[in-house]
Amino acid sequence: MDRVTKDELTPKIVSALLNSDTDISLDDALENDMILSMGPQHPATHGVLRLLLRLDGETIMACVPEVGYLHRGYEKMAENMSFTEYIPHTDRLDYLSPPANNSAYALAVEKLLGIEAPPRAQYIRMMMMEFSRICSHLVAIGSLAMDIGALTVFLWTLREREKVLNFYDEICGARFTTSYTRIGGVAQDVKPETFKGIKQFLDEFESNIHEFEKLLNTNKIFIQRLEGIGQISAEDAIDIGLSGPNLRACGVEFDLRRATPYYFYNDIDFKVVTFSEGDALARYFVRCDELRESRKIIYQILDKMPNGEIMLNSPKKVTPRKVEIYTKMEELIHDFMITNFGVNPPIGEIYSAVENPKGELGFYIVSNGEGHPWKMKIRSPSFCNIQSLPLLTKGYMISDVVAIIGSIDPVMGEADK
Amino acid sequence: MELKEKILLKLKTHFKDVDFSTEEFRGEYCITIPNKIIVDACELLKNDEELAFNLCEDITAVDWGRLNNRFTMVYFIFSMKNRFRLKIKCDLGDGVEKIDSVTSVWKSANWAEREVYDMYGIEFNNHPDLRRMYMPESFEYHPLRKEFPVMGIPGSLSLPKK
Repeated sequence: MDRVTKDELTPKIVSALLNSDTDISLDDALENDMILSMGPQHPATHGVLRLLLRLDGETIMACVPEVGYLHRGYEKMAENMSFTEYIPHTDRLDYLSPPANNSAYALAVEKLLGIEAPPRAQYIRMMMMEFSRICSHLVAIGSLAMDIGALTVFLWTLREREKVLNFYDEICGARFTTSYTRIGGVAQDVKPETFKGIKQFLDEFESNIHEFEKLLNTNKIFIQRLEGIGQISAEDAIDIGLSGPNLRACGVEFDLRRATPYYFYNDIDFKVVTFSEGDALARYFVRCDELRESRKIIYQILDKMPNGEIMLNSPKKVTPRKVEIYTKMEELIHDFMITNFGVNPPIGEIYSAVENPKGELGFYIVSNGEGHPWKMKIRSPSFCNIQSLPLLTKGYMISDVVAIIGSIDPVMGEADK
Repeated sequence: MELKEKILLKLKTHFKDVDFSTEEFRGEYCITIPNKIIVDACELLKNDEELAFNLCEDITAVDWGRLNNRFTMVYFIFSMKNRFRLKIKCDLGDGVEKIDSVTSVWKSANWAEREVYDMYGIEFNNHPDLRRMYMPESFEYHPLRKEFPVMGIPGSLSLPKK
């Protein structure tokens, strides 16, 4: 075989080989950085999250998250539609817990308008919020387990979630994008049969949680892949803006349902679940225990569920009832005005935050007295949680990144708005 | 003494010749601070043991769509100790699109300020990593400014050539 002579090589390649910048020979194999782009189309990044990792061998030296692949401009769109029209868009924020988003948004607008939904509507909303917490945590636990290799759990948790989605179907008429709340109430009442079904589901739910916990809590591989991984101290967690279960896993007893109570959470007896370790395993344990707390809360809600109206009767601010629109002149006028020009809130601005499954979801609405907001800002929990990834991943191995993302449980629909 | 009065008193004693205006709407307390002292004021609010506003929930800006005093920065901070949320407002002034970054006070301000920079084009002095948050770096506009149309600007995003 003829050897390639120096003249046959193009001068460019020769100069590239001699150039120290492009020299790829290694002096010490352990002291070389590599840049790895993880995502945006990576199954373990839970959507279109891109992480740029600087690696030394398999150890992560630095991590730069890139978001914005799912940016749809919801804040801009909100400025150009009425308050009621925006409700379906809140479904698409955290698409694993639409009813919680609906309720959070409706609560914010009601605060701006200075009205309050009737008690029954508020209790139904609370129930839906807890259901969405159950749904969201089930997916979080299942996909965390799946990310680190335990496939069965995902099927088992999704089986439970399926039952909750069936209740969504009965209550709202949609399984996924519920758009359930209205300004001043909820879209439709819950039937007594549904309550019976819910009770039955809750009775079985405890043993079903235990069932998948048995698969994980004694699983040596699962524990070893999570214990001590992605650890963060309480001070750092507060400083970087973690919220929700991720913050409570660091030993901070902070839950907006207790800190700034909304709806009837003051009348409900539940424990704010905290774990002190601050690692991925603690975040998993917090979610498991919150499932039990949510179950407890829904039991209490079912006991306390009052009878009565599900929509506020205040024709100037809330769409009037159909019967009255057809029979009364005033209501007909108000209906026309609300449908065409929107509810006109007073000039002012409010910030209303609730404890969503992922953390603190806040709406900041600036109103200039017109039917659509002058400005709306969504404080999304996933966005703030993803911000902590550089802190959490530093110094861990590349295979831990998957576990850390899973334990943080981001939803990109919400992070990118 | 009520916490609201305490906050105002502490700010007034620390910054002697500065005017603070307050407002309250739907039970939300809001203090307007001049943009010169924003970092010092935030440090005071965070580090004071009684107030302890240790959580910075969100930072955003409002574009009022007018020529004078167009932008207002809004900060939502929360004191876990007192379970109290405070809104700080800060007018940028005529033709100014710059303010000091509060990242040195709360780390969580980092991304929130990047988002404001991306959406409103307000620049932050001393920010560690001022890049666009959502839009690509080559994008020239700031989408949440009032002059930006909802439908977008055709050709503003570079697409692959045919």
